[in-house]
Amino acid sequence: MSLFDKFQSLSDARHALIQQEPSPIGTRIDEVLSPTEGRVDGRSVILAGTNNYLGLTFDPDCIATAHDALDREGTGTTGSRMANGSYASHTRLEEELARFFARPSAVVFSTGYVANLGLIGTLAGADDVIVLDADCHASIYDACRLTGADIIRFRHNDASDLEKRLRRLGERTANTLIVVEGIYSMLGDQAPLREIVAVKRRHGGYLLVDEAHSLGVLGAHGRGLAEAEGVEADVDFVVGTFSKSLGAIGGFASSHHPQLDMIRYASRPYIFTASPSPATIASVRTALQIVHSRGELRQRLWANAERLYHGLARLGFELGPEPGPVVATLLGSPQQGVAFWHGLLDRGVYVNLVLPPATPGGQALMRISVSAAHDIAQIDQIIDAFAALKPMLDRHGSE
Amino acid sequence: MPQHEQVLERLMTHLERLAPPDSNLRPDVDMVSELGLDSVKVMDLMLDAEDEFDISVPLNVLADIRTPNQLAQAINKLLESR
Repeated sequence: MSLFDKFQSLSDARHALIQQEPSPIGTRIDEVLSPTEGRVDGRSVILAGTNNYLGLTFDPDCIATAHDALDREGTGTTGSRMANGSYASHTRLEEELARFFARPSAVVFSTGYVANLGLIGTLAGADDVIVLDADCHASIYDACRLTGADIIRFRHNDASDLEKRLRRLGERTANTLIVVEGIYSMLGDQAPLREIVAVKRRHGGYLLVDEAHSLGVLGAHGRGLAEAEGVEADVDFVVGTFSKSLGAIGGFASSHHPQLDMIRYASRPYIFTASPSPATIASVRTALQIVHSRGELRQRLWANAERLYHGLARLGFELGPEPGPVVATLLGSPQQGVAFWHGLLDRGVYVNLVLPPATPGGQALMRISVSAAHDIAQIDQIIDAFAALKPMLDRHGSE
Repeated sequence: MPQHEQVLERLMTHLERLAPPDSNLRPDVDMVSELGLDSVKVMDLMLDAEDEFDISVPLNVLADIRTPNQLAQAINKLLESR
C-alpha cells in the first residue's frame, strides 16, 4: 500500500473521461492576448472561462501602477505581515477597502480562499455554530473544518429552510454565523439576501456574505449583492477576492464590528503566509477606483450577460435560473460535456467544463464567464458555437 | 421520542428511494462504498431525515457515519439532547 494508491480511482476516472488533448480539466492557455482573447492548442480562442468580469487584467492604469510598484518596491514581500511587517500599500488598500464598503475596517489576505479560511476559521470556535448554504464554495467548507464548530447546511437559496435550522438552534443563534454568497459560482444565481436578512433579524446570529462573484458586478457602486438589495447594515462581514472583477489576486474581509482587526492576531491563514506582492496591491488599488468610478463597465457586463443568456435560452439550452456574469448550461452526462467542450474549442470558444459531483443535479455543466471586455461579435460567436453543437445534445437526448 | 428501531425504519424507507434498484439494503450497509451513493444523494438522505425528525445533523457528526445504523444512532443522540 503506497501513499499514492488513493489516487488510482481519480486517475482511472480521468482516463475514462479524457481521451483527447487538450484536456478540459486544467487546460493550458498557451498565450493570453487580451482580457478576452488567447491561444489554446494552436487555436485562437475567445476567453469566456476566466472570471475576468470587468476585463481589468489589461487595463492600462492598473498595469501602469503595477509597473511602478514593481520598479519601486520589487517583486515580492518575501514574508508575512505579522513577522516582516506590512508595506504602506497594504494598509492603504485596507483603508480604501474600508471606505469603499463604508465600514470602519478591512483586512487584506493573500487570496480569496485564504480570506475565508482566515475569517471564518478564526471567528467560529468549538462551541459555536456555522449555518451555511449547501452550495457554498469549497473555501467556505474548508474554513468550517478549521473551526471545530457545529456545521449545519441549509438547502440552497432556501430562506425558509435556513429559518427552520435557526429555530432548531434556539439560544445558540447568539453565537451562530450564517454564511451565504452574493452570486454562486456554479449556476450564477443570486442569494435571496433580503429574505435571509429577515430570517436573521427574527432569530439572531451574524451574517457573512461572500461577494467573490458579485463585487464590481452588483450594486450602484459595485459593492455587491448586499448593496444591490439595500441590506448592507444587516451584513456583519463581507468577504471577497481580488482575482475576479479586480483582475489580480488576493482577498479581503470587511466588517462594521471593530473587533475585526483582532483577527490579525489570531488568524493562522493571515499570520503564517506571505503577503501579496507590491505590484498586485498597486493594481488592486487602481482597479478598486475603477469599480467605483466607471459604472459603465458594469452596464456593459450586464448587457453582455443578458445577450448571452437570452441567446442561449432561445436556442433551448437548459440554463441557470437567471442572467449574470456566470452563465451556466446544463449538458447531461460528463461524456457529453467533454465532447461539447471540444466542439466549442474547435469553434474558437474557451469556457469551463465542470463535472459532477461539483455540479448540482449530477449533470455536466458548461460554465461561461462573461466580461465587460467582450464585444457583441464575441458574444454572438459564443452563441453561434453553442447553436452549431446543439444537435449533439438533441441526438443524445433522444437516444 | 422515537426509539432507535423506529428511526432506523424511517431511514431505510428514505434510503430505498435513493439507492440503486435491487440494492442489498441492511442497517449495516456502507452507503457510499456498497450502495454507491454520491455526496449529493447522501445530502438528500440527510435533508429528508432532518425534516422528518425536526433536527439538524452537523456535518462534523456526519463525517464518521457510514451506515444507516450509525446515522440512526446519531439522530437518536440529537433527539435526546433536545
